[in-house]
Amino acid sequence: MIKNVDAIVIGGGPAGMAAALSLKNNGIEKVLIAEREDFLGGILLQCIHNGFGLHRFKEELTGPEYAERYIDFLKSTDVEVLLKTCAIDIVSTGKKKKVYLMSESSGLIEVNAKVVILAMGCRERNRGNIAIPGSRPAGVMTAGLAQKLVNRYGYMPGKEIVILGSGDIGLIMARRMTWEGAKVKAVIELQSYPGGLNRNIVQCLNDYNIPLYLSHTITNIYGNERIRAVDVAPINEFREPLKENTFNITCDALLLSVGLIPENELSSNAGVCLDKVTGGPLVDSNLMTSISGIFACGNVLHVHDLVDWASEEAEDCGKSAGEYFKTAIVQAKGIPVKAGHLVRYALPSTLEPGKPGLISLRTIAPAENAAIIVKAGDSVLYKKTHKKIFPSEMQRIKIDTVPENADAIHVYFE
Amino acid sequence: MKNDFQVIIIGCGVVGAAIARELSKFKIKIAVLEKEADVSFGTSKANSGIIHGGFHSLQGSLKAKFVVPGNRKYDRLCEELEFPFERRGELMVAFDEDELRILQIYYKRGLDNKVPYMEILGRERVLEMEPNLSPDILGALYAPTAGIICPYEYCFALIGNARENGAELLLNQKVSWIGKNNNSRFVVETEAGNSFTADCIVNAAGLYADEIAQHMRITDFKIVPRKGEEYLLDRRVGTLIKRVVFPCPSSNSKGMLVIPTIDGPVMVGPTAIDTENKTDYSTTREGLKEVFQQAQRMVPGVRISDIITSFVGLRPAAVGNDGDFIIGKTDVQGFINAAGIQSPGLTASPAIAEHIREVITKEGVKMELKSNFDPHRKTVCTKIRHLLEKRDFEQYGKIVDKNKAYSKLVCRCENVTEAEIIAAIRDGHTTLDGIKFATRAGTGRCQAGFCTSRVMEIIHRETGIPFDKITKKGKGSEIAPYPIKKGNGN
Ligand SMILES: Cc1cc2nc3c(=O)[nH]c(=O)nc-3n(C[C@H](O)[C@H](O)[C@H](O)COP(=O)(O)OP(=O)(O)OC[C@H]3O[C@@H](n4cnc5c(N)ncnc54)[C@H](O)[C@@H]3O)c2cc1C
Ligand SMILES: Cc1cc2nc3c(=O)[nH]c(=O)nc-3n(C[C@H](O)[C@H](O)[C@H](O)COP(=O)(O)OP(=O)(O)OC[C@H]3O[C@@H](n4cnc5c(N)ncnc54)[C@H](O)[C@@H]3O)c2cc1C
Repeated sequence: MIKNVDAIVIGGGPAGMAAALSLKNNGIEKVLIAEREDFLGGILLQCIHNGFGLHRFKEELTGPEYAERYIDFLKSTDVEVLLKTCAIDIVSTGKKKKVYLMSESSGLIEVNAKVVILAMGCRERNRGNIAIPGSRPAGVMTAGLAQKLVNRYGYMPGKEIVILGSGDIGLIMARRMTWEGAKVKAVIELQSYPGGLNRNIVQCLNDYNIPLYLSHTITNIYGNERIRAVDVAPINEFREPLKENTFNITCDALLLSVGLIPENELSSNAGVCLDKVTGGPLVDSNLMTSISGIFACGNVLHVHDLVDWASEEAEDCGKSAGEYFKTAIVQAKGIPVKAGHLVRYALPSTLEPGKPGLISLRTIAPAENAAIIVKAGDSVLYKKTHKKIFPSEMQRIKIDTVPENADAIHVYFE
Repeated sequence: MKNDFQVIIIGCGVVGAAIARELSKFKIKIAVLEKEADVSFGTSKANSGIIHGGFHSLQGSLKAKFVVPGNRKYDRLCEELEFPFERRGELMVAFDEDELRILQIYYKRGLDNKVPYMEILGRERVLEMEPNLSPDILGALYAPTAGIICPYEYCFALIGNARENGAELLLNQKVSWIGKNNNSRFVVETEAGNSFTADCIVNAAGLYADEIAQHMRITDFKIVPRKGEEYLLDRRVGTLIKRVVFPCPSSNSKGMLVIPTIDGPVMVGPTAIDTENKTDYSTTREGLKEVFQQAQRMVPGVRISDIITSFVGLRPAAVGNDGDFIIGKTDVQGFINAAGIQSPGLTASPAIAEHIREVITKEGVKMELKSNFDPHRKTVCTKIRHLLEKRDFEQYGKIVDKNKAYSKLVCRCENVTEAEIIAAIRDGHTTLDGIKFATRAGTGRCQAGFCTSRVMEIIHRETGIPFDKITKKGKGSEIAPYPIKKGNGN
């Protein structure tokens, strides 16, 4: 089957939905969303806890409720939504984009579009990526998979749980499993500070007396069929485990919450250049990737801790994609954005002179009384001091006007 | 009688499966008893997948006797059974004068073993062939006939074809006792409570072959596992090398290798450490270090941060026998060993199978060829990922038009569709690991984070196994064993 549309959005999570709506609001007629799951909503569907939408809707919603709002918005438009439909390839030749979809109901669909928005979200890092020594029994899985099994299927992977990594999914699952009667024995974190948001540490661990071991790691996994124990050791400053202080915890499940990686196989197959630090595409101030007409937003671009920001970014993305469709703006001529002291990454990679700018960034490590500074040459464009700042919290900085003739824009902490 | 056979093969690794397929050419009743929930779950799933050229094996050993003939049979087997196999060649590289001399020793050994087309290559030639090798190497011994396969696909193909030709495969049947009855026939009992009779027994039980033999009071060998850790790198790293690359060997192993796998990603390993524990499948920090140190010396582009998964294989090394294979008849009439088959057992397996067939004939089993033996596999499921890799959307579209299940993607990393999962289940694979080995679902960079629940749903639907009873690799390894009682959810 062949379909011709103006714009296709790949992924129907919060970012994809917001981008599609924004395309409509910016006057694009034929918009298509391809989503490989049975429902729209992305990762939100398995996040049945509160804490979504404080910025967007000024109220605290669960993940599915937040998704529902957008699904309702979409229903009032003529955006075409294809569910159970997976994008498998993007071929870009000049201005033309071809996206191949594998659809459960209609088979192979070849979509011709002028604009492609990538909104595929991210996936969890797994055991292989962090090379934990030990055996390979059942019961070792990512926290997100456990979340899916518990929340969507109604089955628990174990009753005595150890969690490696203090990312948000792990913290939320610690509480969730406790509610279901499991004993969460420990959360083990390699860094000297938690990976997830502070509010999750308080509400998911402290409130339930679940111990958090910072600067610790798992050095061995035991069990043939099913996991039965792990060895835990503190680490020294070279991240080497201290053998003499190793202790053993029995458990029947080990959940991994060791980070997320933007899902960009499709993007790199299409020839989109990726950023080594974020794992997402390199984008200009219009959120356009290295290929004209292909845009990116949400977790596929960089990992967001708040869905509100993913939605906001997607709106901006839809807007500039709409602009591109109408006026065929080429790559925005930009001033490079450079990440300096303590900045893990700053996005986008360029800003357009004479226009307002929005920079997303994260720190490398926690810092106290640190000022975020944005500078072009000698002129300070932004400065704000934070009492405390954590890598788990993404910062979004608005700049009123990007100067016309700067060589570079430097973002750093002081 | 239902549980009565002429030949019972104990163990369904590559050796047991190759023997079963060889015997299925004849008009005899055969059964393969396997203790695990699927075939190839022992050493045959966790190895380097190399069909060796044959210059490593010491002349006069059984290894040397079977390695080159085994290697030679692969072209035909691959054509008949449609498993992926490529003759990429292997290189043993030398870094100094001493090692250059070692190459000569192995070249000579290769000649003795009748390894064809070997060459000793100078530095320039080697680097031209493999530009990502370290520029410090001085030369290499090259055997172009070496190949690579996916070992479990090979095992599945063998046993699948054997079954198509009448052999019976019985899974979850751990042999717990063997004796002889009044008619001098073998009686085999399993932990599951079944009892079987046979004229002839082939012991292909890998790590446990010594324990199986002890039932017949054969105690002249003992299996001591030699552990090997291997690490698989992300596809993204690309094909750093086209051929298998070895260092010059140490006394008890071939050293750490850099191995191209048939599915693309590069693998490094294996270590070689003797262990007393037949279930020690744990990887170690030390192993990881050792593997990467050695591998990086040969191919500097190999990096720890690119690991997507790791595994351990246990070589069933026979002590009291110089580590050689133990193959052939025993003091007990009709009891035949195919034991201690460590490396290059995968390579040698087709030749071992033919030899075992001859031994069985000599033991008095009447072997008459079947007229209707079909060497070709009947059901080979189309692998969608091969089409997508080539961007052959036209062909893919045609396949989907015939069967919609080909358009439901289950594993996003390796592009495996529901049709392929269903085919694997109908082929007898009902555990997540079994399906993973049969289809590659879950072997990619996300390591089954995405597809686990989807595959479980399909297993449940196709077989009726309750969700909480679905396992990773057999009883005791349930993925989500505890249903949440309705009402206490949030
Ligand atoms: C466990 C967890 C807890 C969180 N808690 C909070 C919280 O309390 N409050 C908060 O504000 N935020 C929270 N977040 C963050 C927020 O949910 C995310 O930032 C947001 O969901 C990102 O949206 P997205 O659309 O970019 O990605 P996703 O939600 O991941 O959506 C991506 C979609 O794309 C689809 N897709 C991917 N590839 C393809 C393809 N090839 N073809 C078709 N479809 C495809 C996927 O199926 C998916 O539906 C949490 C996140 C997680 C994981
Ligand atoms: C790390 C490593 C790398 C290797 N690399 C290579 C290579 O590149 N090339 C090569 O040629 N060779 C290689 N080998 C060797 C090769 O893997 C083995 O020689 C081969 O797999 C042995 O097959 P098998 O069938 O004898 O044993 P297995 O595969 O172990 O099969 C034995 C089977 O018997 C079953 N069994 C055991 N006890 C019982 C019982 N009581 N009742 C019922 N069933 C039972 C087991 O479950 C098992 O399935 C390697 C080995 C290792 C460990």
